[in-house]
Amino acid sequence: MTAVGQVSDAVARDEVGDIDIQLIELSKRFDDVVAVDALSLEIERGSFFALLGPSGCGKTTTLRMIGGFEEPTSGRIELAGTDVSGLPPYKRDVNTVFQSYALFPHLTIFENVAFGLRRRKVRGDELRRRVVESLELVGLGGLERRKPRQLSGGQQQRIALARALVNRPRVLLLDEPLGALDLKLRKEMQLELKRIQHEVGITFVHVTHDQEEAMTMADRIVIMNHGQIEQLGTPSLLYEQPRTAFVASFLGVSNLLAGTVTGADRVRLADGTEVRVQRDALGGRTGSVQIGVRPEKLRLDGSESNTLEGTVAESAYIGVSTQYIVNTAAGAVTAYVQNDRPGAQAIPDGSRLTLSWNPDCTFVVDAQEAS
Amino acid sequence: MAWLLLFFVVPMVYLAKMSLEQGFFPLFTFSWAWSNFSDAVSAYRPQFVRSIEYAGIATAVALAISYPLAYWIAFRGGRWKNLFLLLVIAPFFVTYLIRTLAWETILSDNGVVVGLLRDVHILGADGRLLATSAAVIAGITYNFLPFMVLPLYVSLEQVDPRLIEAASDLYANRVVSFARVTLPLSLPGVFAGVLLTFIPAAGDFINAQLLGTPRQYMIGNVIQSQFLSLRNYPTAAALSFVLMGSILVLVMIFARSLGTDRLTGAGA
Ligand SMILES: Nc1ncnc2c1ncn2[C@@H]1O[C@H](COP(=O)(O)OP(=O)(O)O)[C@@H](O)[C@H]1O
Ligand SMILES: [Mg+2]
Repeated sequence: MTAVGQVSDAVARDEVGDIDIQLIELSKRFDDVVAVDALSLEIERGSFFALLGPSGCGKTTTLRMIGGFEEPTSGRIELAGTDVSGLPPYKRDVNTVFQSYALFPHLTIFENVAFGLRRRKVRGDELRRRVVESLELVGLGGLERRKPRQLSGGQQQRIALARALVNRPRVLLLDEPLGALDLKLRKEMQLELKRIQHEVGITFVHVTHDQEEAMTMADRIVIMNHGQIEQLGTPSLLYEQPRTAFVASFLGVSNLLAGTVTGADRVRLADGTEVRVQRDALGGRTGSVQIGVRPEKLRLDGSESNTLEGTVAESAYIGVSTQYIVNTAAGAVTAYVQNDRPGAQAIPDGSRLTLSWNPDCTFVVDAQEAS
Repeated sequence: MAWLLLFFVVPMVYLAKMSLEQGFFPLFTFSWAWSNFSDAVSAYRPQFVRSIEYAGIATAVALAISYPLAYWIAFRGGRWKNLFLLLVIAPFFVTYLIRTLAWETILSDNGVVVGLLRDVHILGADGRLLATSAAVIAGITYNFLPFMVLPLYVSLEQVDPRLIEAASDLYANRVVSFARVTLPLSLPGVFAGVLLTFIPAAGDFINAQLLGTPRQYMIGNVIQSQFLSLRNYPTAAALSFVLMGSILVLVMIFARSLGTDRLTGAGA
């Protein structure tokens, strides 16, 4: 029994759950700015991992420390279980897609992509084959003889990707790789990147400040703020059960209402209405808290068990849904109603109605600090 | 275009006409005297060869000194970059002639340098620095150094540090990333610096005159004396043309060897 258990255990560990990157208490200080503050996290092999956060929260610095371009002030970085702190970038089994692409202007596309392979003494037919393969992977076969400046921004972006992937690194680091592209191209590349990641199976660490981009692409997201982790999890977990007000408002729209804990799964709102929340979400908090509900979770027909009376202050028809701002005694609330029936008629401003929502859709975050 | 016509084409045509004249000062007559060229070249072949030699060596030495200097200022200079550049061109605030005279003093037989070198027996008891080829070449190198440093600095300064990071990301150590990225991208600066140094150096006469003897005289000295002392204008003009022609040929060979494609493509 035990022997079998151990074997299957070992197999399981080999297939999933292998850790490619481990950051341990990683910190980086620039003079008086703490860019990264005692960051610890693990990134699984083969995952598409996103570092998400507002500009200046330390994403790039974290990525640059993994790549070896920035020396940590303290803490450690392990790649596949070995400590790489102190190793220069060219000795790390990691490649980077730079935000500026950083293609070599004096080299042809072929030589740009071949650059890493040549350093690793790949020559002749194998070199040719791998460069061509890699260009085909990003859909740019046949451009080998061009120079970077003869390509469009989107093409340069793909070349940068090919140049990194051709080396088959353990981990690919991407720093806002789509930041310079226009919206349409960006959406296209998001799906393309995800396809490529599935195809090659390499761990991707993707830095972005665009929550939609992170949600679209990543298996797991870590949300950073002020150099620290706010929350780590799958896109749906972060969206459905944000643990902090920052996460709740950074990922999409949320209604946060102040209240006081009155029981193991009960919170009384400012107007005296008592609502039920998930026991886990409350996490043993007492005293003042905020409860949160996503706008699309609200019903206007009073069909769910948590309820709140209010008056329609504003409505906007957006096509796929209609957006209402409802004033309640506990605060203003935003609700999205799907226009999934023919001839949907907006509820007129000033109408009184009862908002309702499921207790399981109710998350709890700390009370707003008095400012 | 008008400027070009006034300051380049007109003097050139005048000089060309003069190179084909015959006679004695002040009476020259135009006579398609092509022999001026062959006579001038055969008479002053040693000075020609010496000019190209000295200018070539001085340019090579200047490049060897300037590249590391410009590299250091561009990549390690930090916020003192401008100060370092100012120091490089500081000697230019003094007239060319005075600068070279100062060198004459420094290298003179009873100067500090010679004394020191004699003391440590690098020079013999009657060894000299002044009046040697080395002195002339050193003078030329010194005088034209900023012409080498500045274009090199400009091209190195333009090398995007992110490209060097990218090279290092792609497994290139510092030496390889210099050879494969920094150096090729700085070639336009090397080209400009070599031209700006070699061309005036090949025509220089001040250094040979002040730091050398007639045995170190270059073609510039010959042209100068033909023009100003002997007033043999046709020979002087013919020599000038031959000098210009040979420089042009050398520049073209040099451009070829660096690769014109790189020179025009790398800076973009
Ligand atoms: N080289 C540097 N010198 C000084 N401060 C820096 C440097 N790089 C980043 N910082 C600071 O560190 C913080 C985090 O920067 P960064 O990692 O680039 O954030 P992000 O990529 O999330 O926008 C910012 O406050 C930024 O000003
Ligand atoms: Mg950044």
